[in-house]
Amino acid sequence: MSDATLQNVPSGKSIRGKLSRDDIIMRGSMIVIGLYLLITMAFPLYAMLSKSFSTYKFDLAAYEVQVSDETGTNFSQPVTFADLNETLNVVAETDLSAGSDGRLGVTQFFPDFSFRSPVNYRLRNTSDTGRFLVGSTLNDATDWVELDSNTFRRVQLRPVEARGLDNFRTYFRTPALSNSIKNSVIIATVSTVITVFLAFWFAFALNRSCMRFKGFFRLVAMAPILVPSLLPGIALVYLFGNQGMLKELLFGATIYGPIGIIIGSVFFTFPHAFLIISTALSISDARLYEASVVLRGSPWRTFWTVTIPGARYGLVSAAFVVFNLVITDFGLPKVIGGQFNVLAVDIYKQVIGQQNFEMGAVVSVVLILPAIVAFTIDRLVQSKQVALLSARSVPYSPSPNARLDWTLFGFSSLVAVFIVGILAVCQFAALVKFWPYDLSFSLNNYQFDRMDGGGWGSYYNSIKLALLTAVIGTSVIFFGAYLVEKSNGFRTGRTLFQMFAMLPMAIPGMVLGLSYIFFFNNPSNPFYFIYGTMAILVVSTVTHFYTVSHLTATTALQQMDREFESVSASLKQPTLKLFSRVTVPVSMPAILDISIYLFVNAMTTVSAVVFLYSPKTSLASIAVLNMDDAGDIAPAAAMGMMIFYTNAAARILHLIASRGILQRTQAWRKR
Amino acid sequence: MAPLKTKSMLGASMLALMSSVAFAETELTVYTAVEAEDLSRYAETFNASHPDITINWVRDSTGVITAKLLAERDNPQADVVWGLAATSLLLLKSEGMLEAYAPAGVENLDPKFVDGDNPPAWVGMDAWVASVCFNTVEAERLGLEAPTSWQDLTDEQYRGHVIMPNPASSGTGFLDVSSWLQIFGEEGGWAYMDALHENIARYTHSGSAPCKLAASGEIPIGVSFAFRGAKSKAAGAPLEIIVPSEGVGWDMEATAIVAGTDALEAAQTLVDFTVTQEANEMYNVGYAVVAYPGIAQPVEHFPENLLDAMIDNDFEFAANNRAAILEEWSSRYDGKSDPQ
Repeated sequence: MSDATLQNVPSGKSIRGKLSRDDIIMRGSMIVIGLYLLITMAFPLYAMLSKSFSTYKFDLAAYEVQVSDETGTNFSQPVTFADLNETLNVVAETDLSAGSDGRLGVTQFFPDFSFRSPVNYRLRNTSDTGRFLVGSTLNDATDWVELDSNTFRRVQLRPVEARGLDNFRTYFRTPALSNSIKNSVIIATVSTVITVFLAFWFAFALNRSCMRFKGFFRLVAMAPILVPSLLPGIALVYLFGNQGMLKELLFGATIYGPIGIIIGSVFFTFPHAFLIISTALSISDARLYEASVVLRGSPWRTFWTVTIPGARYGLVSAAFVVFNLVITDFGLPKVIGGQFNVLAVDIYKQVIGQQNFEMGAVVSVVLILPAIVAFTIDRLVQSKQVALLSARSVPYSPSPNARLDWTLFGFSSLVAVFIVGILAVCQFAALVKFWPYDLSFSLNNYQFDRMDGGGWGSYYNSIKLALLTAVIGTSVIFFGAYLVEKSNGFRTGRTLFQMFAMLPMAIPGMVLGLSYIFFFNNPSNPFYFIYGTMAILVVSTVTHFYTVSHLTATTALQQMDREFESVSASLKQPTLKLFSRVTVPVSMPAILDISIYLFVNAMTTVSAVVFLYSPKTSLASIAVLNMDDAGDIAPAAAMGMMIFYTNAAARILHLIASRGILQRTQAWRKR
Repeated sequence: MAPLKTKSMLGASMLALMSSVAFAETELTVYTAVEAEDLSRYAETFNASHPDITINWVRDSTGVITAKLLAERDNPQADVVWGLAATSLLLLKSEGMLEAYAPAGVENLDPKFVDGDNPPAWVGMDAWVASVCFNTVEAERLGLEAPTSWQDLTDEQYRGHVIMPNPASSGTGFLDVSSWLQIFGEEGGWAYMDALHENIARYTHSGSAPCKLAASGEIPIGVSFAFRGAKSKAAGAPLEIIVPSEGVGWDMEATAIVAGTDALEAAQTLVDFTVTQEANEMYNVGYAVVAYPGIAQPVEHFPENLLDAMIDNDFEFAANNRAAILEEWSSRYDGKSDPQ
């Protein structure tokens, strides 16, 4: 092509990079994982939202009735119940909305009705959608049905499906339901204040003092993460129940209710708050403390002007995380809540107890709101924290101060006794033969096959679920994070993906589980086949814990220079090869962290899976719940401790494995 | 038992005859709320005479199984329901989900245990009966007298010492409430529950929990059912099982065919079996009251006067008023549960 011809060519469209095969593969993969999130989260949530607007109403105009005279043969002109109601006004408009199991007796429309009279009645549906019962027999045809008055008394109208806000109106009109909002918020707030206070001083002791046994305390503080949230509830029953070892300490107050929920919540949220605050306290700048000393600031003043402001983002973030955990937790209030209703348990009661799926969906929508607010504030705060670190910071190292160190040691010991005590009580309860009448030890409570809850099979199912979740979840999540972080262009797609990846954290487990019923338990859904299998448990667990894993992965990937991609491109190496040969080995620590996080959570989670397990896929954590529910508290404690030991063993294995793998893959980090 | 033996021998020779003719094995999906430990025994007994039908159990608590069946209304997965509360089956019947069928030999059963329609939509197996579990050791320690009637339970001495299931989540709790409404009448029933509420420590989610909590002494008096009490007593708990003098509510476990099953013939064979004397003797191992009259052997630790104390339960009343009763109950007692 000569220059002359080139000049004749009109200037075309601006040059656009052609998509390489690599780009196509990466975008394709991103779309696949994005679709996964869409199907396992967005669609089910939409199905749930639409369920909350699905109502049932008595359609009085859909029935016609004829009444005979005393001879029983001469019938009046047909009238609808709507006509009768207009003149008599026996049923108010608000009473016409009902649940799916609603029934409306018909004799109230006939003021002079007597079941002994010889009057006969004829009744029919005016359309195909009309339904009424004679006794328990459903009648949905449009033919006339003739009944004597004694049978007519047994006629019940059934509501038909409609759409509207009636469910929400009923919810806020029923104090037994709407009081739970207040209860949940109170519980979550009080627990948050206590937990953050305790966790702050504990983290302070570990990061800012020279007390002894720091390693031991750190280990103890993380122990609650390894057990289901129901377990502290069971321990509290043994400690402060009516037959409790320490019940005098409560001075006659009952542990079944807010007190129990708060103590238990402090136990199971402590490690989460501790981790966040500890991270915040560990990055403080020593120069600020020097400045304070030089300016003759008292330790007290230094604490308020340097320490607290330095940790404020950590504190706020910890507070919202704890608030979110408590308000969405289901296991603990179920075990120890007594008559104190909270939102998460309401969902369970509506769905499992009363088969009122619509009301369960309404409570779910109500529960999502505080969770999303807490989540959004937390994200905003965390995004600010990154900017706090500067390159010139000098790490702070505490100097010995006998009085402070021993005070903090005493405080930390108390916290440690609380945590270890709860676990020890459960283990003790599990081994006692028949509390409180026969205190000899036996292994009877470990004969799970003789109790409700699925027996030992559910324990093995849990391990299977945890392993599958760890392997599949880690692969999907890490690859997804890689695609978002390292692919070129496609900005809208990446932003959308990032948004979807953050969403699961704001969705309470109960809500996710319930929305799965609505979405997957539907024969017209192409994914219907996974309902009731292990697959749906794995999918729901991966999705439920997606966000934290995704954040861990992106943080690790952000530490890797994008130049790796450029170099591999210029060497004409496929990105996937780079991914498997460089990215994965380098990010091994993060990958291992994600997998143990998923494993441990899959072992302990109750909330999402409680709606989704089938008899064949019963889980250990569910068995704890069901055995406690049936009153088999000691076996429940025994199974809970089995989960604890399994998770502890997994953590130790993880530690050993990381050491070994890190030595092989991370040698480059050391010179 | 000579007749039984000949029957099973006949079954064996029938089997030999049939296996020479090639025939297809049928699988039945059976939903049940029967205790897990009894299921394999039930299947084995059935398969002894009907080896050509395989039972695939789907078991869960009454509430969950009912919810599952209702959720699958438009696309039923179950062929047969064997061992679910009659009140739940009435609910399914009112949704038009049951295939009416009169099993061979249904006329031998106590008519109280058979659906009133002809052909019946469901047939009963056995009854579970409300009772009060009373922990004698704790009662002595607290100085409580043993109650003899429902009215006794409202006495001031029992304040905070009575526990019962929440009727909204527990079938046992609901049969208590519906029986009080039938015994004392609508107004008297609610007045009774108002008084009882003052003494209730809390309402549990499950129906067996109150008796187990009484057994462990956590709460000395548990309103539960006799079967559970007998089990705890057999396990060594210091329990007395009290049958209140006004009469006790009860519900039965029952069997039905799910409408639209593609294995109707096998389903009918199974339901035929569930009404036989052999099957009822099998139920009798755990339940003192079974549908087949005159064969029940006494079950260990069961109170003796139980059969006479069972009220004339109106299941239709219970099923058709369930939603209204629960709404009223929740607004009276659940709404009060504010923080103390």
